[in-house]
Amino acid sequence: MTTKAFQKIYTKITQITKATCSLKATGVGYDELASIDGKLAQVVKIIGDEVTLQVFSGTEGIRTNAEVVFMGKAPSLKVGDQLAGRFFNAYGNPIDGRPAPDGKEVEIGGPSVNPVRRKQPSELIATGIAGIDLNNTLVTGQKIPFFADPDQPFNQVMALVALRAQSDKIVLGGMGMTNDDYLFFKNTFTNAGALDRIVSFINTTENPSVERVLIPDMALTAAEFFAVERNEKVLVLLTDMTNYADALSIVSNRMDQIPSKDSMPGSLYSDLAKIYEKAVQFPEGGSITIIAVTTLSGGDITHAVPDNTGYITEGQLYLRRDSDIGKVIVDPFRSLSRLKQLVTGIKTREDHPQVMNAAVRLYADAANAKTKMENGFDLTDYDNRALAFAKEYSDKLLAIDVNLNTTEMLDVTWALFSTYFSPAEVNIKQSLVDQYWKK
Amino acid sequence: MATKGIVKGIVSNLVTVEVDGPVSQNEICYISVGDVKLMAEVIKVIGTNASVQVFESTRGMKVGNKAEFAGHMLEVTLGPGMLSRNYDGLQNDLDKMEGTFLKRGDYTYALNEETKWQFTPLAKPGDTVTAGDWLGEVDENNQPHKIMVPFVMENNYTVKSVVDKGEYTINDTIAVLTDTNGKEISINMIQKWPVKKAITCYQAKPRPYKLLETGVRTIDTVNPIVEGGTGFIPGPFGTGKTVLQHAISKQAEADIVIIAACGERANEVVEIFAEFPHLIDPHTGRKLMERTIIIANTSNMPVAAREASVYTAMTIAEYYRSMGLKILLMADSTSRWAQALREMSNRLEELPGPDAFPMDLSAIIANFYARAGYVELKNGASGSVTFIGTVSPAGGNLKEPVTENTKKVARCFYALEQERADRKRYPAVNPIDSYSKYLEYPEFQEYISNHISPNWIEKVNEIKTRMLRGKEIAEQINILGDDGVPVEYHITFWKSELIDFVILQQDAFDAIDAVTPLARQEFMLNRVVNICRTEFSFENFLDVMNYFRRIINIFKQMNYSEYESDQFKSFDIELDKLLKERMVK
Repeated sequence: MTTKAFQKIYTKITQITKATCSLKATGVGYDELASIDGKLAQVVKIIGDEVTLQVFSGTEGIRTNAEVVFMGKAPSLKVGDQLAGRFFNAYGNPIDGRPAPDGKEVEIGGPSVNPVRRKQPSELIATGIAGIDLNNTLVTGQKIPFFADPDQPFNQVMALVALRAQSDKIVLGGMGMTNDDYLFFKNTFTNAGALDRIVSFINTTENPSVERVLIPDMALTAAEFFAVERNEKVLVLLTDMTNYADALSIVSNRMDQIPSKDSMPGSLYSDLAKIYEKAVQFPEGGSITIIAVTTLSGGDITHAVPDNTGYITEGQLYLRRDSDIGKVIVDPFRSLSRLKQLVTGIKTREDHPQVMNAAVRLYADAANAKTKMENGFDLTDYDNRALAFAKEYSDKLLAIDVNLNTTEMLDVTWALFSTYFSPAEVNIKQSLVDQYWKK
Repeated sequence: MATKGIVKGIVSNLVTVEVDGPVSQNEICYISVGDVKLMAEVIKVIGTNASVQVFESTRGMKVGNKAEFAGHMLEVTLGPGMLSRNYDGLQNDLDKMEGTFLKRGDYTYALNEETKWQFTPLAKPGDTVTAGDWLGEVDENNQPHKIMVPFVMENNYTVKSVVDKGEYTINDTIAVLTDTNGKEISINMIQKWPVKKAITCYQAKPRPYKLLETGVRTIDTVNPIVEGGTGFIPGPFGTGKTVLQHAISKQAEADIVIIAACGERANEVVEIFAEFPHLIDPHTGRKLMERTIIIANTSNMPVAAREASVYTAMTIAEYYRSMGLKILLMADSTSRWAQALREMSNRLEELPGPDAFPMDLSAIIANFYARAGYVELKNGASGSVTFIGTVSPAGGNLKEPVTENTKKVARCFYALEQERADRKRYPAVNPIDSYSKYLEYPEFQEYISNHISPNWIEKVNEIKTRMLRGKEIAEQINILGDDGVPVEYHITFWKSELIDFVILQQDAFDAIDAVTPLARQEFMLNRVVNICRTEFSFENFLDVMNYFRRIINIFKQMNYSEYESDQFKSFDIELDKLLKERMVK
């Protein structure tokens, strides 16, 4: 790293576009940060002595004779215990009016964990919400997004999950968050008395959109510090990753890259994977768990952002308003936690996997019956029982206002089975039926 | 003297290097950044400018950094000691790397130079040998690992000497050959081979015909794959691709299983690391890890090495095939590999093909699948590489370039279906759209009639027809209502449900149901087909539904019971009793 005293100042910008500036410079490293009249920028292209810089806050007002200084380092964050309880912007500068914390400076977007040094996740995260704990159990070291329409209460559910989960630190990365939502999180965490274990990196809708591309790396660099250096269980909340992807597409568009599906850059999968794969369980006990939000447009999951996300994350959670009970539920059909089998029936009671599957299957039968009913066909006795079951199942278990432990959830489910069905209809291994069927 | 170069331009991992001498396409070079050397591959040459793709992050690279060319293409090091190893896409041994995080430019040797191997000579002085011929063998995790004449030595040689039986390291000379000019060549246990070139040291590549048992009913019974066959599994996320793939790699009756985790989740690889050392190979009773090689280029590892990873895996598979072994190669997912090609093609500013993929995508996929196959070696032995790739179609839409181009070349198609997955009907392989072309091979039909029974294929086709018929009736019932169709329709529909629940659906997480040996599959298929062929009588559709639900429940309990155990037999008897209730005499 060059010392400040000998920093060379360039004053001749040769090209300015909406997001980039080019100039002639030598000895510049790829990915290096630069300041253009105080605005932060990053090297994205070097051809001979022509260097192209991506200006995070946009190029409005940049002069061709602006002062450009290369900083000899990639974007970085000072990590340390002092991060806890603080709010930062996308560059890692405090926005809570307090002085910048001191710490070790590390470059963000650092190297990946060697897969053979990872530990298989095996610790359950209890949230009390049966739609999650019973049907889509979360595990430390997992990465899972909510797939939700913008009008759904995903931020509320996420805050609830964050507070109930037994984590040592919570890192919030807000991308294109409205100021109201930012204040919601701030107040919720403050009221719960949890502020001292929360680190926040916030880019609101008032900030330049390209700055958002720094948020996840900032948040995860902080998370890695606590998980690796302090062996803590860290929960990272990223909301909303669709805004992050939109910022990427703006950058790639301005760099004249050929877009692939839905105008997204061809590297979207790798870009998202680099972030989500930071979720990890370390053998020493530290872990990073990522819960993110991907907003959908009109529930369309075939759009490039949710689609690529689905291939990267370990499942996804859907929220839906159930009109039969008038509550928001965790949709049991499309929600999935890929790591649940590492804990269900192992860290929870043995009947968990089969009970969970049977209940969802019966819920599916109810959905079929509902279609029949809506099409004006006669319902059978079984159809009617399935419908009644579904309503009660939705109300007592799927609704997000539920707060039970998993054993209670299983007992409630068995009680519902015996109220509405015979053992043959439930289709569970006989030994479990013998033990748990409520007579 | 080796060619050297100077960095002239950098765009992400595409770097332009001005060279001072000859370079070849796909040649490897190392670029010095600070005190590390980063590996790169030449992908385009214009005049004295070579465009190279760097296999790692180019952060901090500067114009003027020096490059050294290696004089060879990307190659793997082949020799005993690869089994149970975990490699990255460039065959670096991940376990030998220090620290929790991967370090740039950290390249580790693929083999172990200290291990002593018990060598037994197979060739004797005076023998005439050529590339791929067996000189001797060592025992590698109970597999007869043949030490072969290096594949690059394509002429005829005479064996001058072979060492005696004994313990040797991979660097010890185990044989001396003389070429036609009398020049002596010492051979040790190591050889190198460029990954993008197929190893073709075999006599013939006939059509494959031997069933490769996987223990998965929807594959073995319904759409079988063969030794040396090719198949692919496309499916939207969340339809169980990975679970199915892991099931196949755990249970398949292969000598060696190579898993290429190509651009997928790291935790899925960790699952293999965690489970395979404890799981037992159902065919040999030994630890699964002993026969497994993992090539891990997870989605957060460098993109350029992702393309290399599938070739590395295939080359290692071909190497073991030349020893007369049965190899199963699984790649998850080939779509990520195609996307890596797309990212590079984009940076090279090539004119894009469909969905911005490179124009030659179909040729690349076809060439790769063609490297699988059943081969007869020159010494009469046979070996095979069976390849199963998964495809992750964007938006679950099978009309996208990777799926379409793979469909042209792979002979088995296991279409995972969202709707089945939503209804928790796992494995979610669509029984109607999926196919195995091998069912139509006369060689395969003959093999099956000798090994299982002459009317096996007829029964398999019958259940497929019944599934189709069942689906048609379900659609009619949806339109006309339960009362709108005759009771017989309900019977036909429920017979197809019976097939679905008993044969197609399988619980991958139940110790017993997860793996069904062929004898058990035969028993179950016969039992189910007999019921399907039986006439029943019912008053109304409700009776049909309730009755078949009971049948299915008993079958499910059987699937969860040890084959031919007392419990299994008692369910079988219960089933007979139940059948008599409604059977038309």
